[in-house]
Amino acid sequence: MSRRILLLLLVPVLAACQREEREYRANPIASETRETVALTALSPGGNEPVVATSGKGRDYENNAYHLSQGKRLFQWFNCSGCHAPGGGGDIGPPLIDDKWIYGASIEQIVQTIREGRPNGMPSFRGRVPDDQIWQLAAYVRSMSGNVPSDAAPTRADHMHPGPSESRRPVSPPIAGGDVPPGGQAPQ
Amino acid sequence: MAGRVLLAAGALLALSGCAGWQNMLDTASADSSHVAWLTILFTILLVVIWAAVMVAVFVARRGRPGRELHDPLTIDPGFDRRTGYVVGSLVAATLVVVLVLTGLSYAGQRRLFGPREEAVTIRVTGHQWWWEVRYESQDSSRSFTTANEIHIPVGQPVNFKLNSSDVIHSFWVPSLTGKLDAITGRENQLRVTAERPGVYRGQCAEFCGLQHAHMGILVVAESQEEFERWRDGQIAQARQPEDDERRQGLAAFAAGPCAMCHTIRGTNAGGKIAPDLTHVGSRRYLAAGALPMSRGNLAAWIVDPHSIKPGVNMPTIKLSPDELNAISAYLESLK
Repeated sequence: MSRRILLLLLVPVLAACQREEREYRANPIASETRETVALTALSPGGNEPVVATSGKGRDYENNAYHLSQGKRLFQWFNCSGCHAPGGGGDIGPPLIDDKWIYGASIEQIVQTIREGRPNGMPSFRGRVPDDQIWQLAAYVRSMSGNVPSDAAPTRADHMHPGPSESRRPVSPPIAGGDVPPGGQAPQ
Repeated sequence: MAGRVLLAAGALLALSGCAGWQNMLDTASADSSHVAWLTILFTILLVVIWAAVMVAVFVARRGRPGRELHDPLTIDPGFDRRTGYVVGSLVAATLVVVLVLTGLSYAGQRRLFGPREEAVTIRVTGHQWWWEVRYESQDSSRSFTTANEIHIPVGQPVNFKLNSSDVIHSFWVPSLTGKLDAITGRENQLRVTAERPGVYRGQCAEFCGLQHAHMGILVVAESQEEFERWRDGQIAQARQPEDDERRQGLAAFAAGPCAMCHTIRGTNAGGKIAPDLTHVGSRRYLAAGALPMSRGNLAAWIVDPHSIKPGVNMPTIKLSPDELNAISAYLESLK
């Protein structure tokens, strides 16, 4: 009897073997998905504007690998040059707030990166492969907390208040005494 | 009989492994021969000690025929004295061996990491999964960046400054030097003097991700004149394409996704995150030792880098066959 309970207890352990899929090589490689997005809620004739998305965005938003790659590419492709390293905004608009000029959905962000937008945002179509555009868009969504927190990338090193441990100079030895270092009053 | 022949053949094969271009026993610098000498000394001495202990254990277990066991209750001063001598001398011998080996290792450390003058300073930065190589010079117009292939002059002390841009890597060229880690935010220094010309292969020696095994580096040791000629060639900007195919290649390279990451000095391509391709055609290998340099391999690598190095940061990109042809012809011509 107890053995059966043990076996039952082991079943959830097996579920932990499920690991997130990492897709290193986008498939299909070079083709662009077709996303029909609306930039306004208005549409002539009184109907809702037509929106048709491929659904690819969900795979990217919930995948920690794609999000962390997006974070890396955000620096590499110099998105940080205009939107600031943390996405706080500089000569480009901030990406960490909840104001979206051209829409908040991942498909709208993908279209923004592909097409470019007026007043400075260049078009990256043909310069950045489409899967990397999706990774970037997913990371942009993560900046304002729009992706699952277990998939979102960690905070960047440069945002820590001090330099990381490996970059600090070697600390001087602490002289002996009656009071242990942990018990000393702050200087 | 057949088994014995097979064994002998196997031993021959093992011996043939002692030559080759990535081998710490086939040394080409004073540092690595010092390490190799220590390795051999330790191996021989410790094997001898191990064999002596094994013989002693077997002799003791067998005992001598006709000899009675010592009765622990009788007092025999002679037996106690003899046992004391044996144990005492063995303890002393152990101490001597440990002290001598420690001393030799310490002397080796002093020699390997002692201060020395250097003629060439090379900054090597580990990336996932390639090596960025920057030759530093007082005159900034004579500093330049290349990747995955280091040239050094024979007989001149060279200083490698090791760093990493992402995870911990380890720089190891067995024929020239011991390994040293490349750590983000730290600068580790490694000094090497090659004693004879040759091409020595190195390898990342700290697991750094999917393509750790395909993170090779090549060190080419050559005479001072050859080195100077090579360095002047590398400092120069990329040569202008001479025919239409290569001109198209340059245009496609600079206008397409390649230029987002790669630099070719003297053109509009100025990406800073992937290997510098200014003189890529002059290198012996591409993709950090994964493929020999040739036009066909360049095209294969551009078409689908992930089938050669799965997980590599170079993406599969959209290129027409004509563009691919032109780009690989252009890159191959960048000597």
